[in-house]
Formats: sequence, C-alpha cells, structure tokens
Amino acid sequence: MNTLDIRDVSVIYPASQGGEAVTALSEINLTIEQGDLVVALGASGCGKTTLLSLIAGFIAPTKGYLTLGDSSIKGYPRIACGLDLGDEVIGPSADRGVVFQKHALLPWLDVIENTEFGLKLQGVGKQERRKKAAEYLKLVGLEDFHHHRVYQLSGGMQQRVGIARALTNNPEMLLLDEPLGALDALTRESLQELLLDVWQETNKMMFFITHSVDEALLLATRLIVMSPRPGRITHQFDLNFNKEFLACRDARKVKSSQEFISTREKILAIIHGDEADH
Amino acid sequence: MNTKSTTAMPDEKLKKAPPEASEANKEFTPLLQKLVTYSKLKISKPSIKIGEFYGAPGAGDSRIISVVSTLMFIAIWAFVTEMGFIDALFLPSPVDVLQKFLDIASNGFAGATLIEHLYASLTRIFGAFFFACLIGIPLGILIGCSYILRGIFDPLIEFYRPLPPLAYLPLIIIWLGIDESSKLTLIFLAMLAPIILSARAGVTSVRIEQIQVAYSMGASRWQVITQVISKGALPDILTGMRIAIGFGWTTLVAAEMVAAQQGIGFMVLNASEFLRTDVVIAGIIVIGVIAYCFDLFMRYLERKLVPWKGHN
Repeated sequence: MNTLDIRDVSVIYPASQGGEAVTALSEINLTIEQGDLVVALGASGCGKTTLLSLIAGFIAPTKGYLTLGDSSIKGYPRIACGLDLGDEVIGPSADRGVVFQKHALLPWLDVIENTEFGLKLQGVGKQERRKKAAEYLKLVGLEDFHHHRVYQLSGGMQQRVGIARALTNNPEMLLLDEPLGALDALTRESLQELLLDVWQETNKMMFFITHSVDEALLLATRLIVMSPRPGRITHQFDLNFNKEFLACRDARKVKSSQEFISTREKILAIIHGDEADH
Repeated sequence: MNTKSTTAMPDEKLKKAPPEASEANKEFTPLLQKLVTYSKLKISKPSIKIGEFYGAPGAGDSRIISVVSTLMFIAIWAFVTEMGFIDALFLPSPVDVLQKFLDIASNGFAGATLIEHLYASLTRIFGAFFFACLIGIPLGILIGCSYILRGIFDPLIEFYRPLPPLAYLPLIIIWLGIDESSKLTLIFLAMLAPIILSARAGVTSVRIEQIQVAYSMGASRWQVITQVISKGALPDILTGMRIAIGFGWTTLVAAEMVAAQQGIGFMVLNASEFLRTDVVIAGIIVIGVIAYCFDLFMRYLERKLVPWKGHN
C-alpha cells in the first residue's frame, strides 16, 4: 500500500518583469493514504491547483519533498536527457491519473480511442485495451458512444470520457482539478455519485479540488481548507457524509441533516473570513 | 410590409402575410403584390437559414454569387475589348486568349507545348513542396518542442524568411549552377519558411492540459511529441502548406527566369519579351486556375483530416 507524503513543501515562483516573487504554497504538510478522498477547498489563488500540479509531478517544489511510496516526486520525467533516472525520482507518470476542469481529450481520436489512449501509450495490445476501455465507458454510462467524435459530445459527456480515460489507466491515485465545475447541477450530482461509487469500489486515493462547499462536504473523507497569500492549509476536517450518502443514496437527505448544515456554516465562515481579509 | 422578418422560405411567409400589409396594398394586382413581397423578403437582411445562427459573420452560401461575379468580370472584359476601347496589344479579348490557349495547347509556344511547360513547372513546384514538407514539418515541430533547436534555427529562419527570393537567386546560381537543382532549391527555400513557422505555431496551439494528461498516462516525451503535439499541430500545418504552395507559385517565375527551356513561368516571360499579351494572359490564367484547384484540394483535405478544427 502506497502513501503520498507531502512534507514542508513550498512553491515560490521567481520574480519576473519587475514583479515580486510569489509564494504560491507555503509549508504544506499532507498525507494521503489508500482509500482517502481528500478534497481541497478555498478561494481563488489559494494554491489548490499548484498543489495538484505538485502531486501530479508537473511542477517541482522549491522547498520540501513529496514522496509516493519509495519514489520522490520531483517534477521531471523519469527519462531525462536520455538517462533513466530510475524509480526513485519521478515526474508525471501513470500511477497518478489527472482529470481537468475542461476536458483535455484529443479531438482527432473518437471516444473509445481517447479512453484507451493511456494503455496504448504503454504498449498494451489493441484487443485488451479496447476491452478495458469499453468496461469503463460502460461504468460512466457511455457504452453507446464508442465511436462518437469527442468534440460533438456535451460537456458532461466529455467529462465522463475524461474520467473513464483516467480510470482505464488504473492509477493508484486520481487527481481531479474541479472536474465537475463546468457542468449543470443534475449532471454534476450524477457524476458525484459516480465518483463515489468508483472510490468505494476501487479504494483509490483521490485528491479533488472544488469551489463548491456542498460538493466538498458530500465527497470528502478529509476536507482541507486552503487560504491565499501565501497559499497554505488552514483547516482540516475528517468527514463522514460520503458514507452516509453511499448508504442512503439520497443527496438531499444528507445535505439537509443538522450536522451537514452546521459544518457547511463553519466552513463558509472560514472562507468568507479569508475574503474579508483581502 | 413586414420587412424585418426573416425566413428561408418566402412561400411560407407569403401565406402568413400580416393583415395590415394586404390592406395597404389592395390596389396592387395579386401578382404584383406577390412580386413586391417576394423581393422585399429577398433583400431583407440578415436572412437566417434553417440550422444557422443569427449574427454569425459571413454566414451563407456564396458559390452562386462567385460564379455570377466571375462571369460578369469576363463579360466586362469581353465588352471593352470587342468594342475596341482597349488596344489588343494591352488587353486582347477573352475569345482571342481562348484561341491562343488552344493554339499553345496543340502547337506549343517557345519550343514546347502547354502540357510540357506545365509538366516542367508542376514538377518543380511539387518536387520542392514535397521536400519542404518533408523537412519543414518535423523541423518546425522539433523547434517548437525544444529551446535548443529553437535557439539554433530561429535566427537563421528569421533572417532569410523576409528576403525576396530574387535577392538570393544569384547566389544559388553561383553555388548550384543553372540547371534544375537551383530552380528547385529556390522554390524550396521560399516554401520552407512558412511551413516551419506554421508547424512551430501549431505546437504552441496544443493545450498544456492535453500534454499533461498524456504524461500522466505514462507517455514518454517522444510519445507526447509524436502522438499529441504533432497531431494537435496538424490544423496549423495544413494552413502553412496552403500558404507555402502560394509562395511556390510566386517564386516559380523568378526560378524560371534563368536558363529555363520549359515551364509555364518561362513561357509567360518569353511571351512578354515578344509582346505576346495573349500568351501572357493565357499563361496567367492557367497558373491561377491550377493554383486555385490545388487550394480547393487542400481545403478538402483539411475537412477530411482535421474535422475538429475550430472545435478544440
């Protein structure tokens, strides 16, 4: 069982063109274990996406270190300048799947080709990867759309393809950067349920960014509230609403419980306090 | 009359003509009234057709208008020449040009038939185009992907790109002589720059999320370049190829200025020395028609290869 460990991580963007150096993240400590669904919540500019990019390996920390199991995530590819740096140092790789807010599907591939793309990159045979991809497309409810052009799908369907694509690759950890932010309320709820189903079934680590307090409370096993300038984690909550929801399958019931409402108030007060400060 | 209303089906609109309109036009005969209504509907702007959006700039099918405007242009040309307003030395009539065209096609001009001239020129253009794509597309993509290659090639390309091919033609002749290779090289160089630049621009048009997701699915850098960036750059590359072919035709005449025995550009130059205006115009029309046909083919290719263009 691998654990993601973030220790004293800071990200400072160097000064450019007369500006000052920006501290995007300051002294972040966070541990994500198997089965954790960590949701990051906070005002714009609090470094949520920077944190996700660090975990994904897209950027390197200025200070501190990130480890996943025995590997250190350093923000450059495993093979650099023709040298294989080995398993100890990794950039972005197949063990951490990413889903962005705006789908990053490849328009020259159809739905199933997009879904199997990761397996294709890894050299999995066509039959096997087709089978896997079809499995996950069925899971997200797109079994009848295998050969549709992705740019002709609705936003919700594109996002489903994005999620199916990440899952087909079977990563240890799923990184979701506001994956449901651009969707309508109904689609959003059905995809929230889908993600929770996937989480329950696969027990994967998930790191989920959102602007919506309701979404954060419903999904998270652990909620981290972040605060801007410099970006840092100010509060952490261990939550249980997702298990309640998975037991009763009634989002409105969960959201109308006294505990849910009072937690939401508490978190809103924190976030609004942040905004009042600036 | 309801001139503001817009519809693709005037007949349907006629049935629904507002009552006050028919009141006002009682004195018109029904046929005249129909004509007036129809013409007003036709000229009412902007007209939306079914399946189109209101306000999209330039929406609508322009093909019929193009045919009509071309015919009109030829008609005016025929009129001013046949009526003797312009001396045939300056502008021969379309009929004369057509006759000359048929004459060159069967009897030839300046020692070769039209087909031979065309064959020589098309070989030069498409030969140069082939090599320009073969080198320019991968080079442009790699320049876009690597700051080292960009550092090496950027000054070179930016230096030679704005130079007129005629300026370095003497140099190429000194280096390569006066045979085919210097002609090919000149056209090749004119085409190379737009192809490299478009491929490089295509690389930057690929969204960083698409690249990051590919890395997160285990792609190597090489796989990202070949399977994500190259394909994402394709729309821009095709545009660059269209521009390059245009540059090729522009440079062709310059290339055929020196020691050419055949070629459509050579034919036009040779004809101009003997004041054969009809041959000059016939040659120009041939070049224009071929270039236009190739551009139509490239647009067709674009629709087939990059149907997602504009949808990304």
